[in-house]
Parts: sequence; structure tokens; C-alpha cells
Amino acid sequence: MKKHRIFCIALTLVMSLAVLAGCGTSTQQSTAIKIGGIGPLTGGAATYGTSVANAAKLAVEEINALGGLQFELNFQDDEHDAEKSVNAYNTLKDWGMQVLCGTVTTTPGIAVSAEAYNDRIFTLTPSASSPKVVEGKDNIFQLCFTDPNQGIASAQYIADAVLGTKIAVIYNNADAYSTGIYEKFASEANDKNFAIVSVTTFTDDTATDFSVQLSEARNADADLVFLPIYYQPASLILTQADAMGYTPKFFGVDGMDGILTMENFNTDLAEGVMLLTPFAPDASDEKTVAFVQKYQERFGEIPNQFAADGYDVVYAIYEASKKAGIKGDMSAADICEKLIKVFTSSDFSVDGLTGENMTWSTSGEVSKAPKGMVIENGVYVGMQ
Amino acid sequence: MKKILKLKKDTRKNLITYGMIILAFLIVRFLSASGNISSAFRGQLVPICVYIVMAVSLNLTVGILGELSLGHAGFMSLGAFTGVIAAIILQGSVSNPLRLAIAMVLGAVIAGIAGLVVGVPALRLRGDYLAIVTLAFGEIIKNIINTLYVGIGENGFRISMVNAESLNLGERGTVIMNGPMGAVGIPKLATFASGFILIMVTLFIVLNLQNSRSGRAIMAVRDNRIAAESVGISVTRYKLMAFIISATLAGAAGALYALNFSTVVARKFDFNTSILILVFVVLGGMGNIRGSIIAATVLTVLPELLRAFNNYRMLLYAVILILVMLVSNNEQLKNMTKKFKGFFKIKRPSDLKGGTARE
Amino acid sequence: MGFLSYLISGISLGSIYAIIALGYTMVYGIAKMLNFAHGDVIMVGAYMSFMATAYIGWSPLASVVLAMAVCTLLGIIIERLAYKPLRNATSLAVLITAIGVSYFLQNIALLIWSSNPKSFTSIISLDSLRLFDGQLIISSVTLVTIAACIVIVYGLTMIVRYSKIGKAMRAVSEDKEAAQLMGIDVNQTISVTFAIGSGLAAVAGVLLCSAYPLLMPTVGAMPGIKAFTAAVFGGIGSIPGAMLGGILLGVIEILGKAYISTELSDAIVFSVLIIVLLVRPTGLLGKKISEKV
Repeated sequence: MKKHRIFCIALTLVMSLAVLAGCGTSTQQSTAIKIGGIGPLTGGAATYGTSVANAAKLAVEEINALGGLQFELNFQDDEHDAEKSVNAYNTLKDWGMQVLCGTVTTTPGIAVSAEAYNDRIFTLTPSASSPKVVEGKDNIFQLCFTDPNQGIASAQYIADAVLGTKIAVIYNNADAYSTGIYEKFASEANDKNFAIVSVTTFTDDTATDFSVQLSEARNADADLVFLPIYYQPASLILTQADAMGYTPKFFGVDGMDGILTMENFNTDLAEGVMLLTPFAPDASDEKTVAFVQKYQERFGEIPNQFAADGYDVVYAIYEASKKAGIKGDMSAADICEKLIKVFTSSDFSVDGLTGENMTWSTSGEVSKAPKGMVIENGVYVGMQ
Repeated sequence: MKKILKLKKDTRKNLITYGMIILAFLIVRFLSASGNISSAFRGQLVPICVYIVMAVSLNLTVGILGELSLGHAGFMSLGAFTGVIAAIILQGSVSNPLRLAIAMVLGAVIAGIAGLVVGVPALRLRGDYLAIVTLAFGEIIKNIINTLYVGIGENGFRISMVNAESLNLGERGTVIMNGPMGAVGIPKLATFASGFILIMVTLFIVLNLQNSRSGRAIMAVRDNRIAAESVGISVTRYKLMAFIISATLAGAAGALYALNFSTVVARKFDFNTSILILVFVVLGGMGNIRGSIIAATVLTVLPELLRAFNNYRMLLYAVILILVMLVSNNEQLKNMTKKFKGFFKIKRPSDLKGGTARE
Repeated sequence: MGFLSYLISGISLGSIYAIIALGYTMVYGIAKMLNFAHGDVIMVGAYMSFMATAYIGWSPLASVVLAMAVCTLLGIIIERLAYKPLRNATSLAVLITAIGVSYFLQNIALLIWSSNPKSFTSIISLDSLRLFDGQLIISSVTLVTIAACIVIVYGLTMIVRYSKIGKAMRAVSEDKEAAQLMGIDVNQTISVTFAIGSGLAAVAGVLLCSAYPLLMPTVGAMPGIKAFTAAVFGGIGSIPGAMLGGILLGVIEILGKAYISTELSDAIVFSVLIIVLLVRPTGLLGKKISEKV
């Protein structure tokens, strides 16, 4: 018990430092607009947050180099956890954040957007895709499709192109994103020209062996397997399907993007996989080519959809700020009102990596066209 | 002053613990009122309170009862979701503080019942086998809540395990728990004051229990089960008692936690959270309530303080954790502090006992 | 036929759990500590093998040897720095240190290898076994994993039973003080056990990622917990118990998914575990310990 007493004293000191540290952050006058970012940089979801953080950093550097409006970015880790995310948000508030780029993932996004709504801080999330993130909050906007929209679009695509008649679905039933897409897909499927013949799930804890899920799909004679999941488990599903000699069509959503650039992945396995994604790193337009090249030089890997989202968020804020005449010395609440006005105005649209002519509704959802892609010879090809 | 010195050793120790909490509360209140507190710290106040209660309640199981539990977050989870359901159902019908109180009480009750259900069979097992059953329980709760859909609508309160639509809530219904998407749109009822009250209640229960007849029986079971049994102590009864109280308090803490954020998901209450709370308990000292309080506070604040180190933050956290364990268990250092202390102070009987429960 | 193929998937998954569980059980049997960092040593092993094959172009077998060497060394370092100073502390203090080590390894892997997942190339490139006109396919990884599991269990049993260090291990696990009095270097015995356990972790890591080729800094965490469960299931401290526990856990997981529900698969596995422990409170092959007053 004695050892603890000394330990306690030391720790009490640390605590008091913590309180004092808070006092130290006074409002520093600078002309740069302070943009806060929140996303997972450690833990199991770290890859998504890191992509967004990297791309946002790149975008801010580019914008600052233009010499006009200046941005300052501070990206904080939230470990894909609501509590940590709110902590990160509060830390950024102490720093003097004026606009928030975040959060990267959905559950933290719901918690943080409630705080940002109360504090009147303008928020544009790159990839928190549940409609609950923006619902009922006028200053929260999304750059990505909502999950239900992806479900609807997927069902539409499969039906219109008659990609399959018997559909099997494998989704992650411990994940908000995956379940959100699946549920809408399932309810849309009712009046379509295909039938869902097998629905199986996995969780993050059991995302290793998919033999049961794949066998059930095969036994149900499914000719298309819908995978509303991220590319990591999808890569295992493709490998295992190949090993058991099961060759249906596979159809993914935007989480599937990244599968081709996964280090050491045998892209033959992904041959013929279809996916709906707003971003393709091998697209030939000028913007994408420049972005992919820069990103690769800087961070040594090919950017995925998350990176593109993060990049677009910064540019969308930049365009809107220019239009609204925002300066770094304005208060966060003023900026917030001005940006809401611009984002919801009918003549504001952004051309980004993830879509041309992106516009926003008053509810905060983005409107852009999803692109259907199919993987042929290891690259994305536009799907008709 | 003399009166305090005359009090029994344990009572004095407990008074210091209560005093410490009250003082901390007043200081934070004062700083907060005068605007001298960062948003980052203010945002952590309720979580700190929650983790203190979690640590103290787990200490009851691990330190005082001497049984390793790796599923404490499971009880927290039950309390959290029960609390959210209660708070949403009662929306508009009672005042906010009362709503929070009801939510916490209900959360506590449900978690307590789960404690009974798990405890009866599990407490027959020993040591690591008990630990694995509590771990399993935590995982089962997480899995089940992930497949649970709960809502309230035209047809009243509905539960389903299929999807939100099958609840048939009608147009004006509210989905409270939406499977893996968890509970969304939770009213933010939790306040620092309510957290403070919960800590005080927890301390009152645990400290009184520790110094009561039952508490001594529980500790006797911990120190030597067979000897305790032979003098007529009902081992099962006292084990169960400690376990259920521990679960109940965790449930209340869970409800407070959930009502502090606008969303809560089952995944939050996984094995890692259980382990985190266990770290608080071990670091603070087994059976040492004050130690748990301080360890919980410090380890909750620490990762936030390390934010300045960016990518190296969690790495540093790990290193600090290892170093603290090594230093606090260092034999030489222990002896040195013992000598140092002996120099200045009259020996107190409790100091000799040490804080170790499991050997 | 469906049942048979599920069973084989289960055994394959289970043998990986079993190899990981062996590491847990050996360390527990001798040092009486739960080494929660074991899962992360597996991850390091898998990354080592990955780097050797993908970057340097070594042969799979050489990469396994490298992974084993690195992990053994890592195990020795961890033991020396983090666990050895706590030899006389409570088992829970060591448990917390192990958790600290686990966080440390995960985060250092994040810094070294980044959070981007990598696709692991299976170290086994043989053809799958096709039975009953191709209705039943058993992949070569499955066969190798099962074989490796059997070989390791046999080898360990022989070492523990007949070698000098094995005898020392048994003596230490039976009674530390008495073993010391008999002239056994307890500290060294524990260190050697750690080294063996960590070397096994490397094999487990390579096999895990060969069967499920996804490599991330968190890849060892969940299999680690499952294997720990398996070790307790089989009776912690018992080598055949760890194997039996691991395989059964894998089989229950797969069959539970196949015949009951994929949504509740975790709940099913853990419920079975609880029931078994209630019937056999010291695990399947655990020793019944009579208490001394």
C-alpha cells in the first residue's frame, strides 16, 4: 500500500498538470483557418483514419501553396471509439478548431456530430456514412454516400444490368456500415428481378474462416454474392471461394475499394469483381492522376477511397470558404453559419476526386452519381 | 482533530477517501465555474466518474473477493443499454435528473440479475476457469446485443432479433437499439454532479461492506476458503453477494456512461474494456479502493495527455504501463520506501498487511 | 458431404488455435502467468515471414526459420525485461505487464509496417487434395497445419517427458521451491519455456496467415484470445489438453455457424465453453487439484 501512496502523489501531480495544461491554450491570433480532423490512427481501423489524415494533409499543403486562403490542419486519433472521439473533439476545440473534417468512422461520427451541433462547429465528414450522423443536425454534412443509398444503388445496379437472379449476401453483423447497407438492400430487393437466396454474417472476431458462408451460398445456387463489407475480409472471401472452386460473380460497395492495392494481393482473385465506388485510383482524369502520383510519392502507397474522401473534404471546405469570404479570424460559429448557407445554396457544387458536381441537400447528404466498376486485368473498368 | 485521530483506523482511512472525492469535486466545480478548465478535461469528467465506479466495483470482485473477472464490461454493457431504453421510454414524462436516476437504477438491477445468473454457476469454478467464464459471458452479451433490435412505437415496446423493420413500430415509432448500429439519439442526461453522486454511493456501499461482518466474511473466503468454510461461513453466499454487488454497480456506471454520449454500441464493451478496468484495479492495488480511484482517473486522462506525441501516443502509453508495473513491484524500491516511511511514522497495523490478495 | 467439409474446416481452424494455445499453456504451466502478449508475438512472426518472402525473396521454409529465430529472441527479450523482474510479484501484476507488452507490440508494428493490411502469400504451394470426385476439397494448408499441430504436440510431449530441460520444467511447475532445492535453475527454466513458446508462436503466425492470408498489426489479438480460451477449455497447463481444446473450439465454431446461426456464432462457442467448464471445472484434460488446508 505504501508503494501506491508515492505512486498516487506522482499521479496527482500529473493530474493537476492536466488541468493547468488546459489553461495554457489561449486563443492564438492567426490568419489560417484551423481545421480539425478526427479518425482512427491506431487500432484495428487505423488504415481508414490514416488514409484520410494523409490525404487531408496533402490537400492543405497544396492549398497553402496557392498563397490565398491558408489552412492549418490538426488531425487527432480516436481509435474508432465514440468516447475517444469526443475526447479528440474537445482537444481540438481547445486548440481553436474552426471547421471539423471528421469523423472518419460512423459510430464516433454520431457522438461527435451531436457535440459539434451544440457547439455550432461546421462539420464535413469524409466517410462516416450512416444517415444518423447528419440527421437533424443542420451544420453536419457528408461527403460520402449514405449506407442506405449504397444499398438502394446496389440493388438497382444488379437489377438493371441483370447481373444475377439468385443473390447471396455475406455481411458483417457487428458493423454499422455493413449492416446499414445490407438492410436497405434487402428491403429494396423485394420488388426487383432477383431473389436473395442466402444471407450469412460474420463479425470482426470471426472474420477468418468463411467456408460456411460460402458453402451456404453455393448450396443455394447463388450466381452473385453481394459483399457490403470492407476489402480486408473480402480478400479472404475471394481467396477461400477460389480455393473451394466456387466462382460466382462478386459485387461489392465502396468499402471494397482498396483490394487491388493491398500489398502482395493476387489480383487475379479479384478478376470480374464488381463494385460501386466513387473513386478509382487508376482513373485517367487529370485530377486523379495528379493526386495518386503525389500521394504515392509522399506516403509510399496508392491512395484508396478514404484518402480521396479526405482530400475532397478539404477542397470542398476550401471552395466554400472562398465563396463565403471566410477569414481565419472569424469565430467558429460565424464560419459555421456562412458555410451552411454556401453548402446548401443551389449554385454551389464541387468537382472532386469522388464525384463531379457534388451538391448538398439541407439534410447534409451529398448527391453524386455512384460509379459502377468492374475489375478487369487487375484494373477498374467502368461498368455499363 | 483529536476526535478524528481517535476514530478507528479504518474509519479514518475511509473518511480520507470520501474527503478526497469531495475535495476533487469541489475543486473541479470551482475551476469549471471560473472557466479555468479545458474542454478536453471537462469532456472527460463523466467518463472518469464512470471508470472510477467500474474500477471500485471490480475491485470488490478481484481485490476483496479475490476472484479474477475478465467480463466486467459485460455488466456495464447491460446497464448501458437498459439505461438507454429507460431514458428514451421516459422521454417527456419525468424530469431529467429523475430520468437519469431511474435509468441508472434499472441498469443496475438488470446487471445485478445478470450477476446472479452468471455468478451461481461460475463461482463454483476457481481462478482462471472463473476468469474464462466471465470472459465468455462478456463476449456472449456483446454478440447478443449486436443482434438485438428494440423499439417503441404504436404497438408499444417491441424486441426483435431480425431487423429494425420487423419491429413494426409504425410511423412515429423510435428504434432504440438498432443491432450493430447500437443506440442512437441518446439524450445527454449524464452530468458531472450525477457522476459524483454515483461515486459517493459506490464508495458508501463498498467501504461499508468491506468493514462489515459480511465484508470480513468475504475476505475470509478470499484468504482461505477452507478455513472460512470450517468456521461456518457460507462460501457461496458471500461470493455471490460480492459478485452481484459488483455487477450492480457496474450496471449503474454503464447507464451513466451511455447517457453521456449520443450513441453507444455493443462493441465498446468488449474484452479490451474489461481488461482496461482490470488494469485500473491492479495498478491501484488489490483491495485498495482509494488506489483504484486514483489509477482509474490517471489512466483515463493519460492517453489524452499524450496526444502531443501524435503517432507515438499509444506506444508511450504501453511503455508507461509496463514501467509503472515494474517500478511499483520492484523489491528494492519497496524496501526503501518501507524504511523511509518507518523513519517518520508510527507503524499502523494496516500498512503491514500490504495490498495483495492473490498469491 | 457438407458435414465432412465443415468438419475439416473446423479442424483446420482448430489446429491453428491449438498451436497458439500450446504457447499459452506451456508458459502458464510453468510460470503460472497468462501471457496476453502471446497473440502479438504471433503477429510479429507472421510479419517476419512476410518480409522474408515478399521483400527479400527467401524460400518459405527459410522464412519460417527466420520468423522462429526472431520470435524466440523477442520472447527472451520480453521475458528478461518485462516479466523476470516480476518473478515474485502476484500473477495479476504480471498479467497487466503482459497486456502492456501486447499494446506495445501492436503499436510498434503499426509504426513499422503501417496500418495497411498486407496479403500474405501462403508458404505452402502444394495442390489441394480432392476427394470423392472433387466434392470434398482439402487445401494443402489445412493438411500442413494439422500435421504441424500433431508434430508439435508430439515433440513437446517428448521434450517435457524425457529431456533434461523438460524434467526441469515439470519440476518447476510442480513446486518451484522444491525444484530450486534440487538444484534446478528456476529462472532459466522459465526463460527457456518462454523461448520455446515464442518460437511456437512464430509457427502459429505463419500458419494462421497462410490459411487466412490477411496481415495487420491486430491480426494476432483475436486468435490469441480464442486460443487462450481453448487452452483453458482443454485444461490449462496440459499439452494434449491445449490441442484438444483448440481443435474442439475450431470445430464448434464452424459447426455452430453451419447448423445453428452465423449471427450468433460467438455466443454459441462461448456458451458451449461455459457448459463444458460447469461439467468439468478444470477443463477437459485438466488435473483435478486437491486443496491443501
